[in-house]
Amino acid sequence: MFRNQYDNDVTVWSPQGRIHQLEYAMEAVKQGSACVGLKSRTHAILVALKRAPSELSAHQKKILPIDDHIAVSIAGLTADARLLCNYMRNECLNSRWAYNAPLPVSRLVAAVGSKSQIPTQRYGRRPFGVGLLVAGYDAQGPHIYQTCPSANYYDCKAMAIGARSQSARTYLEKHLDVFLDSSLDELVKHGLRALRDTLPQEIDLTAKNCSIGIVTKDTKFAILDDDQVAPYLAMIEGEERSTRPVPDETGQRIAIPELDDIPQPMEADDQVGAAQPDPLITDPPAVDESMDQ
Amino acid sequence: MATSGMFGNGNPGALWTGGPVPGQLHNFPGVQNGATKGSSQRTLNPVVMGSSVLGIQFNGGVVIAADMLGSYGSLSKYRDCPRLLKVNDSTVIGASGDYADFQYLSNVIQQQVIDEECLNDGFGYTPKSLHCWLTRVLYNRRSQFNPLWNTYIVAGLDEDKPYLGYVDKIGMAYEAPSLASGFGAYLALPIIRDALEKKPDMALEDALRLIDRCMKLLFYRDARALNKYQVAVITKAGVDLRGPIVSDTNWEVAHMIKGYE
Repeated sequence: MFRNQYDNDVTVWSPQGRIHQLEYAMEAVKQGSACVGLKSRTHAILVALKRAPSELSAHQKKILPIDDHIAVSIAGLTADARLLCNYMRNECLNSRWAYNAPLPVSRLVAAVGSKSQIPTQRYGRRPFGVGLLVAGYDAQGPHIYQTCPSANYYDCKAMAIGARSQSARTYLEKHLDVFLDSSLDELVKHGLRALRDTLPQEIDLTAKNCSIGIVTKDTKFAILDDDQVAPYLAMIEGEERSTRPVPDETGQRIAIPELDDIPQPMEADDQVGAAQPDPLITDPPAVDESMDQ
Repeated sequence: MATSGMFGNGNPGALWTGGPVPGQLHNFPGVQNGATKGSSQRTLNPVVMGSSVLGIQFNGGVVIAADMLGSYGSLSKYRDCPRLLKVNDSTVIGASGDYADFQYLSNVIQQQVIDEECLNDGFGYTPKSLHCWLTRVLYNRRSQFNPLWNTYIVAGLDEDKPYLGYVDKIGMAYEAPSLASGFGAYLALPIIRDALEKKPDMALEDALRLIDRCMKLLFYRDARALNKYQVAVITKAGVDLRGPIVSDTNWEVAHMIKGYE
């Protein structure tokens, strides 16, 4: 069953200098349905695609509230996400209890990063199999953060994770300069269009399979589902989709600078030199430079 | 027979030493007695104490003042004790009560300010968050029957609005546009409230004059006060910690007070 002899445990390096278990965990994120996060000067929003595991069940929740000013959208193992959410909620409550102040988004994400790092270095443990898009609003404005099973986290202008999310990232990169000055409606429309680009041609966004999260100054994080997303869906109805062929995440990669700089396990490590600054990431955090990508 | 022996003339040696003594509790060898083992120390009464702290909101900021006396009982022992702590550019705290407890908590707060500065994420204590944190700490300590014997007044600007908060040693906390701890709460606060009622939008100069008047009054009336004090002015420009300021006093009428000799 093993793909090679170096992927038994997170504590084992491959001779190429990779940790296969971590890369497998990163793959788990790509199995989850897609989520998109983006922000303007005033708002941060999440747009997520919900899946129903069977005809008989309801759609799985994709956007989970953390506090009045933060929510996360998840891609990967839902159970791991719930554990992380619990932890994040607890951190937020502690901040409100001790300091009567909402926890800054950057501190929350840093705490999640520190928590996620532990199972990437201890034997007998496994990394979290979930990636998060964290949207929040604090004294420094709106934020979108991405976290990974590898314990990396990125401060983003816009980001998409999950299955076939490359198409959404391509859309976001193309329209990056208009997000900052967009109105809320425009921002949601961009989010929905990006999310729709991850879908195969025969499937479309519906009020059932889509949810939207919106946060701004002094308002409670709003998570819209079902009937509440319908008006937003109506705004982009009938629009032409981006016609680019949708690449399959598990198949070949396309020649666009990607965020997930950790090389895929099946490939030869020929991408080490390809790390260009990603246009979607605002400021590469310090951890970024110390990581061997 | 000069020496005392078993059957000598001197006192017989003790038959039994280091063991149980009739009528007394036995202390087993190598074991500390109950008075120190498993016991702990509590602040049962404060030692070196500071008296009042005064705080007033004015138009565009807050002033907070405290005299510099550390009283040892009724002895004016230390005359150069700063009781105001600048936490950051928007927050100052002032402490009444046990000076050692204030020094302890000052160290804790200053270390946390350094830790937060190291994160370099642009976030730090606000007066509101520090006031809340102090409330939690003081209430927690009183719940362990080991209070930090202080009253704190937190002054500063929170989102550019003046903030004044009060916490005492049992964690009782509130905010108000003017605050005083210690004897100041009885002697100075009515005067401050009166002045604020007459002129709600005080200018800095008015507030400083009012502070000086109150500090002088406290020096006359409160036997644990000194006419040497510090004032911190917190505005958008930051914290201006002034002092020591020594007020002129006038004891001309003192000789007329009779009957207390």
